Amino acid sequence: MNITEIPLSYYLVLSAILFSIGVVGVLTRRNAIIVFICIEMMLNSVNLTLVAFSAFLGNPNGQILVFFVMAVAAAEAAIGLAIIIAIFRNKMTVNIDEINIMKW
Amino acid sequence: MSIEAILFYLIAISAITSALLMVLQKNPVKSVLFMIVNFFCLAVIYLLLHAQFIAIVQILVYAGAIMVLFLFVIMLLNLGNESLLKEKYNYKRTIAYILSGIILLELIIGISIPLNNSPAQISADAVKFGSVESIGAELFQNYLLPFEAVSVLLLAAIVGVVVLAKKRK
Repeated sequence: MNITEIPLSYYLVLSAILFSIGVVGVLTRRNAIIVFICIEMMLNSVNLTLVAFSAFLGNPNGQILVFFVMAVAAAEAAIGLAIIIAIFRNKMTVNIDEINIMKW
Repeated sequence: MSIEAILFYLIAISAITSALLMVLQKNPVKSVLFMIVNFFCLAVIYLLLHAQFIAIVQILVYAGAIMVLFLFVIMLLNLGNESLLKEKYNYKRTIAYILSGIILLELIIGISIPLNNSPAQISADAVKFGSVESIGAELFQNYLLPFEAVSVLLLAAIVGVVVLAKKRK
């Protein structure tokens, strides 16, 4: 009844591809907000892995973990954007190459 | 091919395409819009995995709340094109592509090693525990303390955001 033709590894490969695209974005983009969105996408791809394992192993704990990851991601997004606004107010830029005040 | 397999391939291709367009797009507003498309694709994949609650939360929280916040900040800061942000080192970009390619290869090699006892299909229980009812029961019975801790975390985030974004005198 619930049999699908898609094996677990397909979901995992999709998640790996999305994660790597997120890594490309974090490493190549210079706009701090875009870097931030790419981090959200990496979190999402890990969520996909958790939900896939949860469904295939028949264990609900994976979905509970995804719920908590989403709550933490929401808090992180709000705090991060506030920090970006504060930096923009001081330095008038969101270019991560120019924000080097904490660089040793 | 079953209808589910066709749906999976369609949604997977559109998720990867929207993610790529998001990364390659110069205009931050368009990037965010492609990201919303990506989140909707992931929500459909969650539905394929019988995780109805997670799919709805994905749309409500990610596509609804977080992305509106991002759009709001981008339009508040009035950033324009990223080409205005000048590039200092171009060789860094090449190294970044190589490194991400290595990560992708590693992940795919790791996945392709066959696991012992790896289940071949979605468990029959998956339909039962994906619903709002059973997730809620699980949250309020076994995970009550983490649930309350998350509410404190969100409160701390609200206070922190107000303090950070407030105008200094």
